[in-house]
Amino acid sequence: MTAPQTGFKERAAAALSDGALKIAIDRTTGTAERKRATALAAFPEFDAARERGKAIKDHVIAHLDHYLEMFERNATAAGAQVHWATDDAEARAIVTRICLDADAKLVTRSKSMLGEEIGLPHALADAGIERVETDLAEHIIQLAGERPSHIVWPAMHRTREQVADLFRTGHNPPPAAEDPGTMVQSARRELRAKFLAADIGISGANFLVADTGATCTVTNEGNAELTTTPPRIHIVTAGIEKLVPSTAHAFALLRLLVRSATGGEMTQYTTFHHGPKRAGDADGPEEMHIVLVDNGRSRMLGDEFREMLRCIRCGACMNHCVVYRQIGGHAYGGTYPGPMGAVLTPVLDGLAQSRDLAHACTMNGRCAEVCPVGIPLPTLLRAWRRRSWRERLEPGSVRAGIGLWAMLARRPALYRMASRIGVRALRLLGRRGWISTLPLARGWTAYRDMPRPPGRTFMEQYRADQARRGGGK
Amino acid sequence: MSAKPSPRVGLFVTCLVDAIRPGIGFAAIQLLEEAGCRVEVPQGQTCCGQPALNSGDETDAAHLARQTIAAFEGCDHVVLPSGSCAGTMVHAYPELLAGDPQWAARARAFAAKTHEITSFLVDVMGYRPQGRRLDASATYHDSCAGLRELGIAAQPRALLAQVEGLRMRPLEGNDVCCGFGGTFCVKYPQISDAITTEKAEAVERSGADILLAGDLGCLMNMAGKLHRRGARTRCFHTIEVLAGHADGPGIGEEG
Ligand code: SF4
Repeated sequence: MTAPQTGFKERAAAALSDGALKIAIDRTTGTAERKRATALAAFPEFDAARERGKAIKDHVIAHLDHYLEMFERNATAAGAQVHWATDDAEARAIVTRICLDADAKLVTRSKSMLGEEIGLPHALADAGIERVETDLAEHIIQLAGERPSHIVWPAMHRTREQVADLFRTGHNPPPAAEDPGTMVQSARRELRAKFLAADIGISGANFLVADTGATCTVTNEGNAELTTTPPRIHIVTAGIEKLVPSTAHAFALLRLLVRSATGGEMTQYTTFHHGPKRAGDADGPEEMHIVLVDNGRSRMLGDEFREMLRCIRCGACMNHCVVYRQIGGHAYGGTYPGPMGAVLTPVLDGLAQSRDLAHACTMNGRCAEVCPVGIPLPTLLRAWRRRSWRERLEPGSVRAGIGLWAMLARRPALYRMASRIGVRALRLLGRRGWISTLPLARGWTAYRDMPRPPGRTFMEQYRADQARRGGGK
Repeated sequence: MSAKPSPRVGLFVTCLVDAIRPGIGFAAIQLLEEAGCRVEVPQGQTCCGQPALNSGDETDAAHLARQTIAAFEGCDHVVLPSGSCAGTMVHAYPELLAGDPQWAARARAFAAKTHEITSFLVDVMGYRPQGRRLDASATYHDSCAGLRELGIAAQPRALLAQVEGLRMRPLEGNDVCCGFGGTFCVKYPQISDAITTEKAEAVERSGADILLAGDLGCLMNMAGKLHRRGARTRCFHTIEVLAGHADGPGIGEEG
């Protein structure tokens, strides 16, 4: 994927100094958090549903080859053409070739994180094909020339006021007023003509149903239906982990997905695509292509990140993440932000480039608590830290610091002496209870004071007490 | 009354308590003794190993796990005034040593007898403090590791409810991380600061005189921020209040 120009810390710093961004993030994640809490309060069987969801995904992951073959067989029987892509480059090449072979000029696209993952927007542009994003949020992103910052609300980093500005310059004619109703009308008018003129519609899939060969897409705007039905050709791009054994399983996961994502009970639109238009059908595409993308997923099957394949892309982890809520999605630098992104980005982009992500986490565990399929995100982040340590990607200063501390900690007597000396030295830095500059931990004292230690450690005082009481250990 | 033999409890004194606030260790000893325990402080202990574990250095973390397990082998229970270090011992030790035939079972046995102090006092000893009084209002922050790794929420509140005169005030976002995160606050100081600022604002809005929590790391972080902001909130470890020590200096107050 396109490597971001700056490092994580610079991007995070830029985000932290953006006041409008903070307002936008608080609005969206705050609402999502409240709605999810309300939805769960009214859904007492959530824990059981989570266990079931987890079991369904684990079963599919354990028998992925079996279900992939079943899906391919059934999708082909329904008239779709199934393609396999091992990585992002191959996926891009397959999609562009289909577009070029069909002599497509205009392509409509309904929101798909996988499309972002494989870099489809760029690939289409490079092939000279006009691309129109039909999801309202993606439309905003496209006008702003940006990438999504959240997997459910790609434009959540933009305030209403900023969106009004984008529409004023991006729409022709500009919207007459700035109330949400008028702005949505304006976007509708812009997009409507494109829906009908498009040669090809490209969508993702929330589920791939093995026993029918259908793909399933959920939206709240209906844009996926308009993207996939009128054009001559429909292309679906989907990660191979999206498989479910049957339609019933898709619905079981859908209940979890929607409640966790938006706090709703169901999405407005849930569409199953089962092959192209058949003889006698009034409408529908003449060709349907399904591109099944691996891009690191089969590698995850065999390592400690296997559980991440359960992810149903609901976004609850990022809505509840203290770090995400301060820095937003772009700071993560990959396609997927937040806790799930911190686990996935090193798989996709390599650990050396993204090692910060595994560390920029307080390990507070809230993400794992809300994940509807029970992915132990902090444990997986710790696995990246372990790998980073083993592969010697950690900076020398960190290794040396940990090494010195561990050397002392493994020798209790020496450790005691070092702490005695340490607290006395630390005391010299402070006045009246507090230390306001620490030479070795400026990161701490840049923003907060440090309580000044008393003169003697617990162990010293305790031993003195014991000796006074005449004995003991 | 039948004489139940008093359990031998090994107190693990976390590195922060040892260096920064020894009073928490003494409060722990006092409460454990009041609850009827014989308390020991094994000299073979140092640090639980969390800095290494969280940095990805599992070799050193495993060494420290073995050292800690060995130091407490003679005790019936291991008790800590920290949900974070207790969580490491209960969950990480058995995982770290799972592949070590000599240590796997010992790690599991150790994990099974290890407790954070408020949960130990309530769930194991059925202890309630008697005759404590503090005329103040306080608010309580649920530190993440204790809350999510060990399920500690009701126990400290039940104990605090026994302190006469203490009025508990709700804290908005009481279960949201304070931004400390061990080395996180030093590695990503700006992000940490943004999180801690929100926490400090919530504490100030609660209007409480005192902020309480069960982990000194979180407390140092929040107290340091509140002090930098000029807030007057006093900060104590929950067990300091339970032991009746809140008449002394709070965190960062010179005694
Ligand atoms: S990791 Fe869990 S919470 Fe996060 S997006 Fe995936 S399913 Fe949702």
